[in-house]
Amino acid sequence: MTHHLNRRSLLKASGALALASGLAAPSILRAQAATVKVGILEPLTGNLAYNGTQCVAGAKFAVEALNAAGGIKSMGGAQIELVVADAQSRPEVAAAAVDTLVEAGVCAFTGATASSLGLASTQAAAKYNLAQVVSIGTAEAMVERGLPNVFRFTPGVNKCTTVALDNLRLLNEGAGSPVKTAAIVHEDGPFGSGMAKILNERLPGIGIEVVETIQHPTPQRDFNNIALRVKASKADILIPSNYINEYTLMAKAIRQQRVELMAIYSILGGAASNIKFVRENNEVAQYVMDCNHWYDPQKPASVALAENVAKAGLDLTYDVMVAYASVQVIADALERSASDDREKMIEALAASTFDGSIMPYGPTKFVNGDNVNSQPVNTQIRGEKIELVFPKEYATAEAVFPMPKEG
Amino acid sequence: MSSLILPAVLSGLTMGAIYALVALGLTLIYGVLHIINFAHGSLLMLALYAVYFLHFYLGIDPYIAIPIVLPVFFVLGYALQRGLIAPMSSGSETNVLLVTLALSLAIDNLALYFWTSNTRTIDIPYAYDTVEFLGAYLPLGRVIAFFAALAVAPVLWLFMEHTRLGASIKAVAIEKRGAEIVGIDVNHAYAVCFGIGTACVALAACLLLPTFYVTPQVGYTFVLVAFTTVVLGGMGSLPGALVAGLLLGVIESLCGLFLGESLGQIGIFLAFILILLFKPSGLLGRGVKA
Repeated sequence: MTHHLNRRSLLKASGALALASGLAAPSILRAQAATVKVGILEPLTGNLAYNGTQCVAGAKFAVEALNAAGGIKSMGGAQIELVVADAQSRPEVAAAAVDTLVEAGVCAFTGATASSLGLASTQAAAKYNLAQVVSIGTAEAMVERGLPNVFRFTPGVNKCTTVALDNLRLLNEGAGSPVKTAAIVHEDGPFGSGMAKILNERLPGIGIEVVETIQHPTPQRDFNNIALRVKASKADILIPSNYINEYTLMAKAIRQQRVELMAIYSILGGAASNIKFVRENNEVAQYVMDCNHWYDPQKPASVALAENVAKAGLDLTYDVMVAYASVQVIADALERSASDDREKMIEALAASTFDGSIMPYGPTKFVNGDNVNSQPVNTQIRGEKIELVFPKEYATAEAVFPMPKEG
Repeated sequence: MSSLILPAVLSGLTMGAIYALVALGLTLIYGVLHIINFAHGSLLMLALYAVYFLHFYLGIDPYIAIPIVLPVFFVLGYALQRGLIAPMSSGSETNVLLVTLALSLAIDNLALYFWTSNTRTIDIPYAYDTVEFLGAYLPLGRVIAFFAALAVAPVLWLFMEHTRLGASIKAVAIEKRGAEIVGIDVNHAYAVCFGIGTACVALAACLLLPTFYVTPQVGYTFVLVAFTTVVLGGMGSLPGALVAGLLLGVIESLCGLFLGESLGQIGIFLAFILILLFKPSGLLGRGVKA
């Protein structure tokens, strides 16, 4: 009897508390400016945490800028609220985190740093007709599954490789074709393996023979053997495709093993476009080239972003840039659809012609979920800076190729 | 490829020395006291950050930091065992496991919160210096780690075999109740052992950072191979940890060279299975009496 009485009392008290606080809260919230929820799914823990955290920072800067500019005007100035989910650097968690985003009520989301994570999250999001603007996800499988909710804003591995090889050919021919052989070092996930396959197929087409292809896991503790194999191959250039930690160890090992190269030419390199790598490993970083995602540094929004990132004490990496741009794309779709309905967002993104992002792209045009007007650019580390060297219209410095010999 | 075998072996030995250094602390805690310390990797990460920040803020070289970091981590290890692990586990080995797991999660997530997931490396003047030996270029930092491992293992062994405190720790490990009866302060012995183990991890961090990086996840990169090293060398055997660490380094390096780096780890676990199959007590471990 006493037990029942206590339980009832507890229920009554809980009900009263709910009425007093919980139920009253929505009416207060409704009185405030309307919000629209946009998700970001990134690896905030695990091996890819650095990249994921940088992406979230970029998305937050974009949301701040968009909200400060008046929010989504077609929705009465609705403010964007960013819902962050952690993919933990694991595909199965990335897929599960989509449920969290759906429960939170997001209209679309961006992510997810690595192809393996993006493949899982887009598949999971397809069940809910939830659009994912893929910020980084270079594996071509991303856009080859016919999923209507996938919108890859940045270039995939095929385009990056094609542009990178075109630029490499131009650089090599411009220097009198000194580069005849290449060694490829890549991580063994879908990103690196896909890249290595394409490079092996296409490098001979531009007059460069692949003399060594070495794959490694992530994380990889020791790069001495890899450096020794590159040295033994007598390759003229090294083309790496891996993430920042491994890239850093690899660059050090290359120097320690006295591997003589005409260039380190990365394609989607984990560190070659990372200012932290430049700062902490300046000696080995010099003249390293990369073909990667990068913003147009001359656009006013880019300048503002660079200032805000510096003020926040963060590094301006391409992760920050692409996440920022992806949120811009979602905001444009919201503006045009004037609704946070998931289906309408998919329709709006599919019809996107947005050309106001910070990236050096033409007007957005998604064909089978792939933005055909995206493009990577070439960067080169010079002194303390990462300079944009290709294409010419965005360049901040002339490319140096081959790199000067030491001594 | 044959010309790469000797450099690969030497490279494996120097990498194995790092494994041995990480495993020495673990073999004391895990092997002697039978505490499965899931926080070992997290403590390594913490020590790497300590070394990093000493360099970043005060310009202290990682090797000069050894006399600072070692005592601090000894005290930290002692305090953790005395103030957290022992009271929370109440003498139950299962509880110890859970407490160290919780400790590991707490340390990792606090590191992520305070220091972010940023990869950090240090820029030191000798970062690219190498030692030329038999035609191979060995990174100076790794050569120093190799000789440090060769020096530390015997010192720890001498401590355990020829000092009163070492004997106390062993007595506690063999027969806790009996040790208590003869007047050994069991809690103190446990805490000293944990403190020494943690100091070993700090030493490994000082020797590792010149050639490696630190992130909140870095502990996981070494902890699994450290557990493997301890079991392979023989539970609680300090010379065993050294030999096993060096052996695993060489096996991993050669497997990486011949099978590809992605399959380098296979060699480690194949050797692990084979050695335990034919010598269940590990390379230099003492057999268990029936």
